[in-house]
Parts: sequence; C-alpha cells; structure tokens
Amino acid sequence: MAAAAGEAAGGGGGSPSSARRRLRIISGHLRGAPRAPGRGALSPSPCKAQGGSAGPASGSIPKKRQELLKWNGWGYNDSKFIFNKKGQAEFTGKRYRLGGMILPTFKEWIEKTFGASLEHKTTSRASLNVNDVPPSFVNEEFLQDLIATKISYSQDAEDRVFRAHGHCLHEIFVLREGMFKRIPDIVVWPVCHEDVVKIVELACKHNLCIIPFGGGTSVSSALECPEEEKRTIISLDTSQMNRILWIDEKNLTACVEAGIVGQDLEKQLAESGFCTGHEPDSMEFSSLGGWVATRASGMKKNIYGNIEDLVIHIKMVTPRGIVEKNCQVPRMSTGPDIHHFIMGSEGTLGVVTEVTIKIRPVPEYQKYGSVVFPNFERGVACLREVAKQRCAPASIRLVDNAQFQFGHALKPQVASIFTSFLDGLKKFYITKFKGFDPNILCVATLLFEGDREKVLQHEKQVYDIATKFGGLAAGEDNGQRGYMLTFVIAYLRDLGLDYYVIGESFETSVPWDRVLDLCRNVKERIVRECKEKGVQFAPLSTCRVTQTYDAGACVYFYFAFNYRGISDPIHVYEQIERAAREEILANGGSLSHHHGVGKLRKRWMKESISDVGLGMLRSVKEYVDPNNIFGNKNLL
Amino acid sequence: MATAAAAPGRARRGAPMYSKELTSKKRDEFEDILEERRLSSDLRYAMKCYTPVIYKGLSPCKPNAIKSAVLQSEQVQYVIKQLAKEMGESPDIIQEEATEILDEMGHRMQLGAVRFFAFTLSKIFKQLFQRVCVNEEGMQRLQHAIQEHPVVLLPSHRSYVDFLMLSYLLYTYDLALPVIAAGIDFLGMKIVGELLRRAGAFFMRRSFGGNRLYWAVFAEYVKTMLRSGYAPIEFFLEGTRSRTAKTLTPKFGLLSIVMEPFFKREVFDTYLVPISISYERILEESLYAYELLGVPKPKESTSGLLKARRILSDNFGTIHIYVGQPVSLRTLASGRISRCPYNLVPRHLPQKPSEDIQEFVSDVAYKMELLQIENMVLSPWVLVAALLLQNLPAMEFELLLEKTLWLKGLTRTFGGFIEWPDNLCAKKAVLSGLTLHSNIAQLVDGHVVLNDKGVEDGATGEIVFKRALAILMCATYRNQLLNVFVRPSLVALALQMTPSFRKEEVYSCFSFLRDVFSDEFIFFPGISLKDFEEGCFLLTKCDAIQTSQQEIYPTDKGSVTVSFLSAMFRPFVEGYQLIFRYLSKETKEAFTEKQFIPGVRNFVFQLLEKGVTQCYEALSSDMQKNALAALVQLGAVKKKKMSNGFTYNVNQEAVSKILDMFDARIPVQKPVAARL
Repeated sequence: MAAAAGEAAGGGGGSPSSARRRLRIISGHLRGAPRAPGRGALSPSPCKAQGGSAGPASGSIPKKRQELLKWNGWGYNDSKFIFNKKGQAEFTGKRYRLGGMILPTFKEWIEKTFGASLEHKTTSRASLNVNDVPPSFVNEEFLQDLIATKISYSQDAEDRVFRAHGHCLHEIFVLREGMFKRIPDIVVWPVCHEDVVKIVELACKHNLCIIPFGGGTSVSSALECPEEEKRTIISLDTSQMNRILWIDEKNLTACVEAGIVGQDLEKQLAESGFCTGHEPDSMEFSSLGGWVATRASGMKKNIYGNIEDLVIHIKMVTPRGIVEKNCQVPRMSTGPDIHHFIMGSEGTLGVVTEVTIKIRPVPEYQKYGSVVFPNFERGVACLREVAKQRCAPASIRLVDNAQFQFGHALKPQVASIFTSFLDGLKKFYITKFKGFDPNILCVATLLFEGDREKVLQHEKQVYDIATKFGGLAAGEDNGQRGYMLTFVIAYLRDLGLDYYVIGESFETSVPWDRVLDLCRNVKERIVRECKEKGVQFAPLSTCRVTQTYDAGACVYFYFAFNYRGISDPIHVYEQIERAAREEILANGGSLSHHHGVGKLRKRWMKESISDVGLGMLRSVKEYVDPNNIFGNKNLL
Repeated sequence: MATAAAAPGRARRGAPMYSKELTSKKRDEFEDILEERRLSSDLRYAMKCYTPVIYKGLSPCKPNAIKSAVLQSEQVQYVIKQLAKEMGESPDIIQEEATEILDEMGHRMQLGAVRFFAFTLSKIFKQLFQRVCVNEEGMQRLQHAIQEHPVVLLPSHRSYVDFLMLSYLLYTYDLALPVIAAGIDFLGMKIVGELLRRAGAFFMRRSFGGNRLYWAVFAEYVKTMLRSGYAPIEFFLEGTRSRTAKTLTPKFGLLSIVMEPFFKREVFDTYLVPISISYERILEESLYAYELLGVPKPKESTSGLLKARRILSDNFGTIHIYVGQPVSLRTLASGRISRCPYNLVPRHLPQKPSEDIQEFVSDVAYKMELLQIENMVLSPWVLVAALLLQNLPAMEFELLLEKTLWLKGLTRTFGGFIEWPDNLCAKKAVLSGLTLHSNIAQLVDGHVVLNDKGVEDGATGEIVFKRALAILMCATYRNQLLNVFVRPSLVALALQMTPSFRKEEVYSCFSFLRDVFSDEFIFFPGISLKDFEEGCFLLTKCDAIQTSQQEIYPTDKGSVTVSFLSAMFRPFVEGYQLIFRYLSKETKEAFTEKQFIPGVRNFVFQLLEKGVTQCYEALSSDMQKNALAALVQLGAVKKKKMSNGFTYNVNQEAVSKILDMFDARIPVQKPVAARL
C-alpha cells in the first residue's frame, strides 16, 4: 500500500496522552458521526452494507477528504500556524493543546534561524483549479463492470488530485503552484475484502493500473502516478474498510480491516479497554494497511514493538490471488516468512485488506519526563547505556541543541508571573549554577507507561543512569512539549512555505558507535551543500535520536532553509536532500528506518540490498503481479 | 613489457593533473619573515603572547591525555588481546609493551621548548640565510583550514631545516604548531632528541611493517591526534630527505593512516596541504654528495651537530616556502571510494585497505607531490647548473648569460616557478649564484668552470672521485628542474631515439622511457598517454615540434630546444644503460642491495677511470637504486623478502632485452597507438 505510515512528513502525531486528548476532541468534533453497523457488538460479518452509494463516512476521515483536511498542506483545515494582526504567532483550531495559544518568541526564532521576514510572503493558490487537472480516461467497459459491482467510485477532479500525492515537499509545492502531470483517473472505495477482490479482478481483466491509497501521508513519492503510465489508473482508497472485525481477548489479538486510521483504531479498541500501542507520528491520518506496506515504526515501539512485531496475520489481495496463512500463531518455521514479502512492499504486490494485530490492555499510568545534558555526546552515551541495560521507557528521544531551541520558541505565553519566575529560576540553575552552555546543551524527552508503581521504579532507574552521564532532570512539562513538537512541525512547513522557507525531514538507522559521527557529518554536509548551491542564509539542520535498539538507533533529521534569491528552490532542495542521503550511506546509515523507499530513494536500492537481493524482490513481483497491475513503480 | 597497457583502465578516472595554462597560473607574492626578526628583539619574539588559532571542534588536552586515550582505545586494546591470545601471554605484559612504544614515540609539546626554539632558531636562521620568503596568502588559507578541519601538512624534504623552519613559521604566524613524524634516529641525539620531542616531534621507527603492536599503537596515536584536531600533523611524503633535490617517489603508509579517519567518517573532512620548501643553497649539499658516492652518512649525534656549527659562518642564500592550497580529501574522494567495506566491519578492527583504497591513496600521494613540484621555487642558479652540466668542463660567461635567459623563458613556458625579480639583469643573477655556490663553480678568465679542485694532482681514482663530487653537487641544482621538464623532455628524447617520426613509435618510446624512469621522476600513475600529450603540447607551445595526424617532427629552429632537453636527461639514459649492463653481464644471479651498490659503483668507477664513459652520475647510489627498482617493476628482476632484508634475482636475458630497447628497438603497441 502506498499509504505511508511512520513519522510521515515530520509526523502528525504527538505524545500519547495529548494524542488521546486530541482523539477525544476529534470524536466530539465530528458531530454525531454515524457508527458503522455492528460497531457496538463486534461481529465477524463478511461485508457491511453492500452498495455503491457513497454513504456517510464512518471513520474520522470522510470520503471527501477535502471537507476536513487541507488540500494543499498538512492536516486539518482548521489547524494551522498564523501570524495574527499583532504579528504574533498563533496556532488555530481546538484540536491540539497548542490550539488558540499565542507563541510570543516564535516570530523572532523564525527570523533569526532562517533570515525570513514577514514582509516577504508567497501565497498558495486559494483553491484547486479544476481546469488544470488532467482529464480522466476510463475504459467504458470497465466502468460498466465496475458499476455492476455497486462499489462506490468517483471521477471528480478534486477526489483524484487528492489521491495523486503524499506529503513530500515537491508534492506540496506542486499543489500550491502547479499541477501534477499524471493523476489517478478514477477513485474507488471498496468497503470490504470482497470488494477489493472484485476490483483487482476487473483491473486484471481490463489490464488497468491500481495504486492503493490509505492515509495519504507518504513521504517517499510513493503515491505519485508514474507519468508514463498509459493505462487507466485506479486509486483504490481503503478508507471505507475501517471496521474492527473481532477482538480476541484470550489471545490478545484483533482482526481489523486495513483501511482504518490510527486514531480510529485506538479509539475503538479503547472502548473495550485495549490498545495496539502503535503510534507513528502520523497516526491521526495514516492507516493500518499503510503501516504494513511501509514497515512502519511507532513512537512506543520499546514496549509494543514495530509493525513487524505487532502483526500476527495479513490478508492481501494480489493479481495472482489471495495470500494469507492458515493460522494465527505467534511464530512459525515454514520457510521465509511471507509476511516479510508484504511488509515494505509499498503497494507493488497487492492490497492488504485485513490484518490481525496484537493488542494490550490500556496502560494504567503514563508519565512524561525530560533530562538536560551538557552536550549531545553525553546524551547519546546515556541513550546507549539505557539501551544496553534494556530499560528504555516507552519512548526516549534525544534532541540536539537546535531542536531544543526550536522547542523553546514554541513555548506558549506564560499564564502567570509565578510561572515565568519559575522558568527563570530553572534556567538560572542549569546555565549558571550547573554551567551548561545554552547553545550546546541538549534534551532527552521520556515517556513511561504501565503500572503506576513500575513506572515510578522505572523512572528512577532511567534518571539514575542519566545522572551518570551528567544529565539533570528537567521536568514533565518539557518532556510533553517535546512530543508535541513532533506533530507541530508538520503544520509548520505550511507556514514556512508562505515565507520562502522550505523544509523536510528524513530518517535513518545506524549502529551505536556511528551515531555521533553520522549526526555531525550529515548536518555539516547539509550546511555545506546549502552554501555551495547558493542558499543565502544558513539552513536549519538539526537531528534527534528518536528510537533506541540493542544494536543501534534511529536518527531523524529536519532540514529547512530560506530560498529567497534561488530560482529553482525545489531542484536545489532535492540536490541537497540527495547529498544528505549519500552522506548517511557513507556514514554507515540505512536508506530508511521507517519512511520507506517509494520512488524517492529507489536509486540506492541496489547498493542497499545488493544485486541478488534486488533480484529476489523482483522475482516475487514477477510471480505475484506479472502484468504490473500494481504499477506505482515503487521500490524496485 | 608493462608499457601503457595499464593506461586505459586508470585513465578513465579522469585524473586531475597538470593545469593546461601553466604559465598564466597565478601564484602568490612572497614576504620575508626574517626582515622583522632583524629589526626587533628575538627574545621578545620568543616570549610573545602565543594564542594560536585552533580547530573549531578541539577540546584542549595534554599530550599525556592523548597517550592514555590511545592505550585505552578499542583499536589498540583489540590488537593487544589478539596478540595475547596468539602468544599465550598475559595482556598486561603486552599492554606494558604498548606503553613503552608510546613513550618512545610520543611527543611532549611544551610552550617552553617552543619558545627556546623560537629564540635560537631566530639567531641561527639569521646567520645562515639571507631571507626566508613565505607566501602570506598561503598562510592565511592555512589559518582558515586549521579552524575548519583536521589538517595534514605535507612539506617537501630537502634538509633537516624543513621541519624546524615550518614550526618556526607557524609560530610566527600564530598558528597551531604541528606534531611532526620524525625518524627514530633523532632520538640517538642526546638532549636534542628530547628537545625536538618537546617542540612537537614524535618518533617512528624506520620499518615496523611486521610488528602489529607497533603499527596499531603508531596508527592510533596519529589518528587520535588527527580526529580530535589536536594539532596539524606533519610528515614527509618522500619519507626521507631527498639527497638529490629531486622529489622522491612517495611513501604511502603514513598517508593512508591520516586518510583513514575520513574513510571511516570519523571526521567530516581532512585538509591535505602541500608545502614546497626550496633552498637556494642546501645546507647538507656536500654531505649528500659524499653519501651518494658511498661515503656513509654520519649518524645523527649531538656532537656531530656541534661540529657542524662552523657552517654558521657560511651563507646559504634564500629559502622559499610556498604553502599550497589546502586540498579537501572529501573532494578528492568524491565518487572514488566504495563505502561498503567500511560499513560492514566494526571501525576499530584493523582492516587491510581494499585495492580501490590503495590505488586512491597512491593517486593522492602523487597528486600532492606534483603540487609540491608545481609550487617549488626555482632560483636562477638552478638554470646555470643545468647549462653548466651540459657544457663541461667550462662555459664562456657571456654564452652562459644568454643561455640562462633562454632557459628561463623555456622553464616558464613549462610551468616552472622561477623567482627572478623583474629588474634583475641576467648578469647579476648569475653572478650572485656563482658567489653563493663558489664551492661548485667559479668564474675564471671569462669562463665559468666547475670547481673540482685538486683534479690535477693525485691518482686517477682520486680525480674521478673529486670530479664526481663536484658533478653530483651541481646536479643537485639541475635536478630541481627535472620534474618540470620531464614530460616534454622524454618526448624530445623519444624523438631522437626513434628512427621515424611516426607518432605511435614516438609514443611507444616515450612510454618505455616513462616506465623505466618511473622511480626516478614523478609521474601520476597510469596516465602515460596524457603525459605524452602534455609533453607534446608544451613542445608545440615553445615551437620546438610540429605535429600532424600521424607524425611528430622537430621544427628547424626547435632542434636546439629538442637537443637541449634530451641532453638534460642524457645522464639518466646513459647511467641506466650502464647499470643495466652491469646487471645483465657482470653480476651474480642473486644478490642483496648491500652487494649491489658497491658492485655497480666499482663497475662504473672503472669505466670512468678508463675514460670509456663520462657518465659520472651513474655513481650516484640514488640512481642505482632507482634503476634496480625500475627493473623490479618491469619484471626483469625479482625481489624477495628475506629475514635480513631483500634479495634480488636477475633475469639477465630480460635485462638485455630492455637494454636493446634503448637502441630504439621498441615494439609499437597497436591498441595504444590507435588512441593517439
């Protein structure tokens, strides 16, 4: 599935509790959204209300996505950064904790970091110009066959454009200022596994191209339609396959349709007292099928595992037929695991329709935390030690100094003089008394989860380790804001775009001993490349260690720059991003930890997995989909 | 015959070599740093506030902290454990051994010692030299480089003065003082060895290939200093002082050590800075000549140094130091290095560099030496020496002046860096050279005569020796021109050696000469064809030859140039022929280097005594070694490593064949010729 999961485009998710709060707000916001039949009593019924009519949306994201979500940017229409009449930064809407708050120091930060100025503004087109949209070519016979199946479909321009892209910078840029050369010709909304089987059969019969679409949060160009594709392109939107089919409390598993988005899955499981614990930063929008298709990773993987640890069973429809296993067991030795052909296949083999996933009781207690370190080196050493002792909390992240300062800039206006006095005192203690240099220190954010008692015990263990590395506990609030930062950044890019600032995130995984070198070298490479390419202001080039493993870590970079004075910013941007990826590979990092390959990173696949490895993947593709029905051209 | 066969594979690398517009290349202006020393107090200078610019990422640390970091490093600990396991010894004992190695090796830089040197060197340098000229822009570039990335200083090596002078220079310009890889023999000098150590020298044994512990400790010591940006690291690519003033072929060991942190991405980049130091008169000139003739080099000793102080009363002219543009290793490596080998093995494990890497290291080494050569200042005297050697035993002064001016033009055309003030007339330039080098040549009755005093009296052997001494000393100066002239000259030689003017035949001959002389002169590996084209280009530029589609021929007025150029290299052609002849007939099939050098020397000596040859330069042990190395490269001699050094086995037939080729019996290689 092309729908990406992971910390897509800087992610939309936040901390679990803020996420949960968000979920609650969101569910209230959707005025009495009708429940899907059978939602109360979960039943393994094969297919819900058959029929092609576009009925009311049952999940958080409607069929007409544009009604709720931005057509040319990240997230909800009502949530965005603006500069208010006083010139102060503000986040609109009520969905997030930051909603309606004034951010007094943010403007200064933007001006200082990017050399941007509020007077230099570019504006996006106000709305989609339907006349620019490539026309829809759909084979008449296919259309007749499709109508006969009563599966809902649309050839509407807006629907098609919305499914022609993910959230890479160049894609958003095209939306704001141009038009895609090739977009899907038709969008279909299957409501169950059987519908998908029918659509795939029709596509095979008429030799059409299917591009699966889940949450649309891809950041690997995975959703872009290959320009040279001459066949009709069907965008198969899984969003209406969003039911939990059953929950098995004895084995702690749930069978779920693949189109469900993260927030709905957690919300609905919570009603029965369960959760999956899989929380990629994009979880508001990304779908279960997308997670499977991209090998997604969640923030709390230390407790719950990544998607490959969570999945018990996958059902996928391919041109060759349906692929699945005969039982739902924790492990089996039956040759190479076929799940691993599916996970990370990025929509090139078929459509994932149903997934059985592990569930856990909702944890009793959650606690945030943060630690300040005198420098990044000490911080990394601490994370390494935590990983060595295998006592990582649900989430542990280490942000570098630039990101720490960024987080600082997003501090809302302080409510009382007392709080501001306290803040001043804290700052004094850390910088003057402890001698931390505010331009060097860095911060780790923590999230503990579980039984109250164990959490407190665990917390102590981690703080003890941190102390050994010169860390100072810096409070729950800082931790929580750190997690908020993650989802806020995705919204921030839209603001940046208004002021000539473009940016993106990318990630990698790397052995422990190379973490520091990789972070330093990649950041430096970005700065140098910007200089060489004529970028006039020093870029924002910052990273965080965002996941820890036994043998290494996942590192996440943000990179943004002011492009005033550059005629082709996207091209320059892409050159720099490419150089940064080369640097990552030269430093012993991976091509991707969880964003996937898509079309953006294909050129490095051979180097990444060797010729033979690539051949193995190709031969699977050739067997499963000899006519390239799933022709999104990702990965291979 | 391993002629240009290897060329196609390597040429594709598009190796960056010689800039086409050699003459128009802009070079920096020089400043005399002694001038200020002569005007103000040396003591105050030595005690000045010294706050050098340092690497931006440096966390300051003491020499001892470096040592303990090296001992504790995974790299060294790994080797210690390995050895302990293999030898069945306790790791503690080996650790102890490592500590001893490190103590023997490590520097102990102290500001006090530095100030002592600053003071004494000021005094000494002012005595010895008229001027010490430095390109200030180069120093500024170096200053930026030092702050940005770890820096490796790669000076040319003609004299012991080199590294003293360089440290002195950096001190003067308030730059971080380098740590210098010095030969262990310095430690034999009482007090001085320790003093050098405190001024930043660290000491390496001459050969330690087999000693894994030594290698590990040494490599880690150097890399630790580099990674932390502790100080610029300085060493000599040539490995030792060139006794002939001709750039020696590079050694790769230390270079590959300093490049490794970048390969493993432990540093973002590393700057390599070629530095050319040229002496109007080399301090050790006569010592070198004796040494080349087989009179052994005195062991470094403090008393020897004190005895040498009488040279303080002598004048050694001007020193020119040209600090080249820092070269980014990252830029050099871009697209050249496959990253896989370093990603799949933990970085602390000792890893034999892949062939790719070895080739790259070698290319970089040659590139750096070529940069040194390009920026090496040539004094007018160098031209005089070259002319004199072609006109022995004496040359009319007026003719010499005329020819000197002519050669100056030619040298500039070929990209040579002649320091000749605009208003200085030829007569003054030559005369001042003669004054400075009166031990080599003198003006007698309007003729410039080689100074081989005592030739008339004494036995023939004595005469030959004295003459050889004078010629080798004189050659030391001519030699400074050779690497600038080698490409066009070998084309000129090939033109003379080839019976026809056909391009492919000339090229075959050129390519043969290039291979034979590959240890004698500096050629970028594997680009024979480019070298040939470069040579032809330069000869065309000075109107010496014309080329058509198939042919190359000298122009009428160019024949002077062509014969001058070939005569310049004639001593090498003849010398090699003599040495090859010795090897093909006169020697046993197997011998050691210790047997070879005296053997061939006697052989040549006898021929000189008999007057059969006039090729005195064949007495030079440097040429003899190079010729032997060339045969090894060409496969005519097999070199085998034995417990007590190397043993050589000669294939006399093969050597004879190579000798034949000097008589223009060089088979043309069709596939190569096709690309001409």
